[in-house]
Parts: sequence; C-alpha cells; structure tokens
Amino acid sequence: MNPETYKPGSYPNLPPPIGTVGVYGWIRNNLFSSLSNSLLTLLSVTLLYYLIDGIIGWFILDAVFDANSKIECRKIDGGACWAVITRRIGQFVYGFYPEAERWRIDITFYGMFVAFAPLLYPDLPKRKYLLWFSGIFPVLAYLFVNGGYLGLSKVDYNLFGGFMLTVIIGITGIVCSLPIGIVLALGRQSKLTVVRTLSVCFIEFMRGVPLITLLFVASSMLNYFMPPGTNFSILVRVIIMFTFFSAAYIAEVIRGGIQAIPKGQYEAADALGLNYWQTTRYITLPQAMKISIPGIVNTFIGLYKDTTLVVVIGLLDPLGIGRASLADTKWNGLSIEVYLFVALFFFISCLAMSRYSLWLEKKLNTDHK
Amino acid sequence: MTFLNSLWRNEKSRELLIQVVVLICIGWFLSWLVANVDANFKALGKDISFEFLFIPAGYDINQYLIDYNNRDSHLRAGIVGLLNTGLVAFFGIILATFLGVTIGIIRLSKNWLASKIAYWYVEFTRNVPILLHILLWHGIIINTLPHPKQAINLADVSFLSNRGFYIPKPLTENGIELVYLFFVIGIIFSILFFKYSKKKQDETGIQYPVFWINLFVIISLPLIAFFISGMPISLEIPALKGFNFKGGMYMSPELAALTFALGIYTAAFIAEIVRAGILAVDKGQREAAESIGLKPSKVMKLVVLPQARRVIIPPLTSQYLNLTKNSSLAIAIGYMDLVATLGGISLNQTGREMETMVIVMLIYLSVSLSISSLMNWYNNRVKLVGR
Amino acid sequence: MVTNKKSPSKPVIEIKEMHKWFGTFHVLKNISLKVNQGERIVICGPSGSGKSTLIRCINRLEVHQKGDIIVNDTELSGDLKNLEAIRSDVGMVFQSFNLFPHLSVLENCTLAPIWVRGMPKKEANDLAMELLTRVKIPEQAQKFPGQLSGGQQQRVAIARSLCMQPKIMLFDEPTSALDPEMIKEVLDTMIELAETGMTMLVVTHEMGFAKKVADSVIFMDEGEIIEQNNPKSFFTNPKNERTKLFLSQILNH
Repeated sequence: MNPETYKPGSYPNLPPPIGTVGVYGWIRNNLFSSLSNSLLTLLSVTLLYYLIDGIIGWFILDAVFDANSKIECRKIDGGACWAVITRRIGQFVYGFYPEAERWRIDITFYGMFVAFAPLLYPDLPKRKYLLWFSGIFPVLAYLFVNGGYLGLSKVDYNLFGGFMLTVIIGITGIVCSLPIGIVLALGRQSKLTVVRTLSVCFIEFMRGVPLITLLFVASSMLNYFMPPGTNFSILVRVIIMFTFFSAAYIAEVIRGGIQAIPKGQYEAADALGLNYWQTTRYITLPQAMKISIPGIVNTFIGLYKDTTLVVVIGLLDPLGIGRASLADTKWNGLSIEVYLFVALFFFISCLAMSRYSLWLEKKLNTDHK
Repeated sequence: MTFLNSLWRNEKSRELLIQVVVLICIGWFLSWLVANVDANFKALGKDISFEFLFIPAGYDINQYLIDYNNRDSHLRAGIVGLLNTGLVAFFGIILATFLGVTIGIIRLSKNWLASKIAYWYVEFTRNVPILLHILLWHGIIINTLPHPKQAINLADVSFLSNRGFYIPKPLTENGIELVYLFFVIGIIFSILFFKYSKKKQDETGIQYPVFWINLFVIISLPLIAFFISGMPISLEIPALKGFNFKGGMYMSPELAALTFALGIYTAAFIAEIVRAGILAVDKGQREAAESIGLKPSKVMKLVVLPQARRVIIPPLTSQYLNLTKNSSLAIAIGYMDLVATLGGISLNQTGREMETMVIVMLIYLSVSLSISSLMNWYNNRVKLVGR
Repeated sequence: MVTNKKSPSKPVIEIKEMHKWFGTFHVLKNISLKVNQGERIVICGPSGSGKSTLIRCINRLEVHQKGDIIVNDTELSGDLKNLEAIRSDVGMVFQSFNLFPHLSVLENCTLAPIWVRGMPKKEANDLAMELLTRVKIPEQAQKFPGQLSGGQQQRVAIARSLCMQPKIMLFDEPTSALDPEMIKEVLDTMIELAETGMTMLVVTHEMGFAKKVADSVIFMDEGEIIEQNNPKSFFTNPKNERTKLFLSQILNH
C-alpha cells in the first residue's frame, strides 16, 4: 500500500486508532488494562451489586414510611421503619421550640443564607449592600429567635433542640472563634516571650484535651469560676467552650498561613518603614487569611460535626431527640433508623460544605491575585 | 513622663514593658478566677482534696485488664479506665492503620471503579460525626447479633453474641520459659543478621532476602521450643453457663463497637493522608528511578516511600492522637474508659468535679504533649538538608 | 563615565569598626566605611562574604553587635524613633523583589507614603505615577505583580522605594534573580537613578555596571573589606591576592 506523501509542514491531523479513545478505549484502559486490574473490576462490581441491592431494599423498597409503632411497622414490611422519623420530624428539626413560633426559626434560617452569601461568594453582585445585612444579622437573629422584644414571645433556651440547635452552636462558635483565633495566631508568632508562651499554652491545652472533657467542665464547673450568683444558661456555657476550642485549631491554621508568607514580604515592609501593626494589617493578614481559608472551612466542618457531643451533657441536639424517641416504648429498638437519619443529615450538609471548600480553593488558586 | 517616653522609644525596653503589662493583666485575671472559686466553694461547703481517690468506688466495670471489683478504690477504678482507654486506642490504631493504608493505596489505583469506590467510602465516613459512628455500630451489634443462647458459633471455640465476643484464652503452664527464650533468641538473631547482611551487601554486593529469613526464624524457633517442651500452652474455651458465657477472653460489645467505629472513621482520614503523601513525591522522582533500572518494588522502597514518609508521618501521628481523644466518647455507650470512670461515675458519686476533671485533662494533655514532642524530634531528624 | 555631584565633606553613612555575629559565626569583621552624599559604591565578593549582611545592617534588617553605624547624623541603635527616621530616608531593593502580591502595582507604591508619611491619597497616587513613569512602566499601574515579568517587577520595586523619597538607596543583588534578557532594563534604570545624584550602595556581580557608574568599588571576603578603590585602579591593578583571584574568576568566563 502506498503511504500518502505530504509536503513537510502540511501533514493533516488524523484521528487516533479505534479502540484507544472514546468509551471503548476508556473502559479498556481504566477497568481492564491488566489481569489484576480486570479482577479488581469484577470484584468491585460484585461488591457494589450486593451493597446496592441490600441498601435499596432495606432503605426504600421494603421500608415503611408511616405507622403508629415499631410493631405496626413490622406487620407492614420488613425493611426500615422510617415512621419514627416522619412522626417526629418536627422535633428533629426544631427541638421543643413552640410549634406556633417555628416560623421565626424558618425566617432566621433563610436569612442566614442571605447573610453568608456575600462572605462566601466573592463575586456576588451588589455585594456591598448585602455585607451591611451580614453585619447586623447576628443581632437580628438573636432577637428574633430569642424573643421577648417587639411583641415576639420569649422562648427559653431549654426548649432549643434538634438541627436548629446544631446550627446555632456551630455558626455562633465559628463566628466568635475566628477573631480569637487570629489574635492567638499572631500571639504565637510574636517576638515577645510572654505573649508567645501564653498563646502556646492556651493553644496546646485546647488541642490536647478531648472536647468532651471541656463540655463536662462547661456543664459542671464553669459556674464556679464566675462570681457567686451569676447564672449562665448551659447553652451559653457550651457555646463559650466550643468557641475557645475552635479558636485554638483556627489559630494553628492561620499560623500555617502566616508561615507560608515569604520572609521577604516582612523585610520589604520593614524597609519601607511600616510598623508592626501596619505590616500585620496590610501585608501579613490579607495574605495569610487567603491561604488559610480552606483550612478554616475544614475546621468549621469539624466543629459542626463535634456539636453532636452535646448529647452527652444532656442538650437535645438531633442525637438527643433521637435518644428520647427511642426511649418511647412505641419505637424501642429502632436505633439504626434514627442514627442513620441523623447521619444522612450530617453527610449531606458536610459534603456540601467540603464541596464548597474545594471550589473556593480552586477559585483562589487561579485568581491572578 | 519623659522617662516613660524613652522607655517606649527603645526597642528592648518597649518589649519588656508590654510583657510586664500583659503579665500583670493575666495575673489579675487569674486571681479573680481563684477568688470566685474560693467564694463559691465556701458558699457550698466544698473543699479541694484528692482523698476521694482512696475510698472504695462502689461500682462495677465490665471490661478490665487488671483485676478489679467494686470494693477497690476510685484510684484503681481510674487506672482500669486508663488501661481501657489504652486498650481501645491500641486496637483502634491498628485497625485504622491497616484499613487506611489499604484504602489509600486503592485510591491511587489506575482502576477507575475501585478508586471511585474507595473515594466514596472516604466521603461517607468522613462526613458523619464520630459519635454517630459509635452509636450506629453499637446499635448494630446490640440489635442484630443474636442472644448468647443462639450465639454465632465459630468452630465451637469462639462465640459472637449481642453480649460480646468470646475467644479462647491461652493459659501458660510450666515449660513456657523455653518458648520465651527461643523467641528472644530469634529477635537477637534477626537484628544481627540484618546488620551482617548489610555489611555483606556493602562489601560484595550480594543481597540476602533478609525480611523472609528473619520472619522464618522468629516464627520457627519458638515453635520448635513449643513442641520440645511438650506444648505448654492450653486454651481456656468459653462455655455457655446460664444466660452468658464464662471463661475465655472477652470483648464487650462496647469495646467492639468503639474499636470498629474509631478504626473505620480514622481510616478514612489516614487514607487521604497516605494518598496525599505518595502524590507529594514528584512524578519525576519515579521516572528517574525507573530510568536507572530500578524495579517498581525497589522504586517504592528506596525512592518514593522514604520521601512520602516525611509527608505522611506528622499528620498520621495527629490522627492517632485524634483517635485517642475520640475514645473519650466511650461514655456515650457505657464503655468504661478514663473519662467514664473518673470523670463519669466517680465524679457523680463523690461530687468532686474539679479534682476529677483536672486529673483526666492532665493525663490527656501529657499524652498529647509527649506524642507531639516525639514527633517534633522525628521531624527534625528526617528534615531534608538545605542550605 | 557618569558624572557625579557629590559633596565630599559630608558623609551620609559612617560605619566605625562594626562587627556582627550570627550565633558564634563572626560574619562581619571590623568594618569601617564612609559614604559621602551622591557617592555610588559597588560591593562585590564571593558568596558568603557578608556583603548582603553589610548593607542589611545599614537599615537594621540585621542587627550589629559591636561598633557604630551612623546614617544621616543619626545613630543606628535600639532607639525606635531613630530607626523610623533612618528607614524613611533609606530605600532598599531586594534580590527577590518582594512586591506585595495582593496589591496592585500602584497600591504597592502608595502604601508606605499613605500610612507612614501620612500623604493624602491623590498626592500619593500622583507621586507613584511619576515614579512609575521614570522607571518606564506607567501602563502597568493597575496590574498585579504576578502579571509582570521579573524585570518589570524589579523596576516596580525600585519605584516603590523611591516613593518614600529616600536619600540613600541600597541594592541587594538586584539583578541576580532575573533572566539575562531583563538585566539590562533594570541596570539602565539604576544608571539613570545614579545620574540624578542619588547615593547608592549596590551589591552586585555586574562589573560592567561598576565600571560605568561606580565612584568606588569594594571587595569583601570572609566578612572583611579587603580592598576599596576607584573602578579604574580596582579592575586594572588590584593590590590584594584574593582580589586578583576573585576578579580572574568572574571576569573571564
């Protein structure tokens, strides 16, 4: 066969041989490229089949979505008894917040997204005006949820529970711990021995003890450190502990960011005559915070998951509500359904947050800044 | 005023001044706290004393490594708790490491399906709080395993039920000393042979399969001694007596649930660490190693893993510490670890919140700090030498 | 040869028997140096000789342990007010440029005038644009450092230092991190700066620049000033053996 001849510089772009690209090529390369690879693929497919078959069966096909009790569930079908959730969904979301006032929680929740939007999405249009709203939102949220003003009835903290409680503790904790974390990080990098030692001690202490011990301290001991007669609600004490705990971890993240800044930046700032606070405010922190953002979001996700621990000291987060439901004789023994439901909630929200974190990281890396 | 001004102008004295002011503020704050504690305690008629440690505890612990009964002191209860923490941390770390490294390697596989399955395993596990893992596993074990009377039976010597796992317990008799001796001899031989074979390789280039030879020696020597001395190990088989088993080695459902939960949860993080560590080694390193003729296994052993190790070890240690701290959640399912004994039942019975919490926190703190400094030492040793 | 306008009777920098240690390592030994206003001094020597450390001592990026450094009749010591005064009058250009990546070129230049000298924003902007024009890159004002080439970045760094209107400019190997085709543009900027009568201390390996512009060339080795002379005598007739060795290594390859 005569090969085609072309003048140098005019060879056309030909398509590759069949079987090396396209769907068929991809399957060959990624799934069956060698004997061991093919075996692995077959193993995986078998595993997936049994897993999915079992899960879909138990979760959906054989499941019962409404019934009066576990026994009734079992009479209807053999899969998961989701009735325990559907009958108590209100409590899972709002805790024991009065039913008539639940709309206040809803409004605050959606308002929260609006308040966070300008902070999380740097390219949002009309960002400046939204930031004003973000600034006053905490006060508004507190007034709205707490009540006692403007004709809204006061709701006692003891009634807070469910997913609402998770969000309150998580968001308050992270928002308050950020400024403290920045101060700690700067303190840890300080030249002054006293300041540095104090920061290190605080950070290492908070990172060295399990969170549960701190929560025990909050529930049993914190009152002793306050002047006799002061009485903080357990919710406030817990939020304080979460704040300090989270601040220590954030301090380490920001410290990593500060250390990633080349020494030359400080030297240039020094040579120009900027003092410590000017350098920190205009050179160090802007760069360090940008580098630290993925780490900070990860710390927040960790804090958010850690809020489940409050069930051990008696607060009614979703796990607490779940346990209370299980104690009811009607639903005894359905622990797997209850815990899986709460697990699903956390899985979806945490996955969403870590996806956001990945998106943000990519965006910051490709920005020319 | 001008004296203060000149103090402020001088670099060194300014630093000193600021630190003195900070110290004074902290000192004042601390004394305010102490004063409050003092006033509150007086009002409640409490005092600070550690004598409670020596009075009988009065409660039972169902999983213990050293002998304990409810007439033993709180101190002993605390020690049992501490040992239990160590026990679950030990098993958890082993499970987490094996599982984590395996999943991490699968994540790096060229097989798209396997790698995706590993990916979703990590995502599902990481995004669910650890407490939920613990409660779920505990729920599964309690609710799906059968009663002891219908326990799952493994060769008539091991039993799984919702009251726990039982396996035979090895009892040592006379003559066991020879086995120990031969085991020690095996270890010494391995170390010496390792050194010898290195020297031989340096001098002549001949390589011995050191790992396999050592493994064979360490296993066969004690085995030979075992048979020579008339098999001085017998097994105590657990037997069903009444509603539960007696004898053998016992793993409570709580310990099992805690181990699985901690192991599986931490494995997800370890998998990501291992994956990141291996990816951190530049692709060019592998290419250079292969181009000088090294086989893939040697490329891993001599070029990739030593460099990946540097990146993996610090976060890995951090995860081990996290696992140990997470084990404190044992109290949620009734496993008697350090927090559940001293910080739980002892605290409730004696009302000594301050003392028990201080002890518990100090213990965790010392473990954390010692592991951290160990890691810093290791980091400094393996730092890449630069200018 | 670039003509110079110096006032020989007025040293702007005076270093008297200065020593510096890094831990136990004696990095600068008995340095004595006088720099008059408008003088251009080039410092050369092998790496590790302490030349960078020397000029970094002048604006106290490094701290000397013994001896005196007097800049503009102000002594360099732990007194912070003196230090602020000195740093306002001494500008520095670094080997790795050290531009602030999160600020635009214009903002890089106006940051210090606004926050240290208290200049109103418009005045600072005008000053910055004037200096950016002088270093021949006014059109890059709104860009960010990451978008500029190495030579452009270094010229921005020079403009940034000049915005503080210093009396002395220190250069720490300003062209060592540049690709060869960009060295010329930076050297040209420095030559033009010299023509305006700026006092300059330059650590560099660019001997062509030294021959063209310098009033005095200093050779340093192992922490000591070995030889100091005018360029003509320095290059054609080095007195010290070590100077001869160094010159043979860099001039003929």
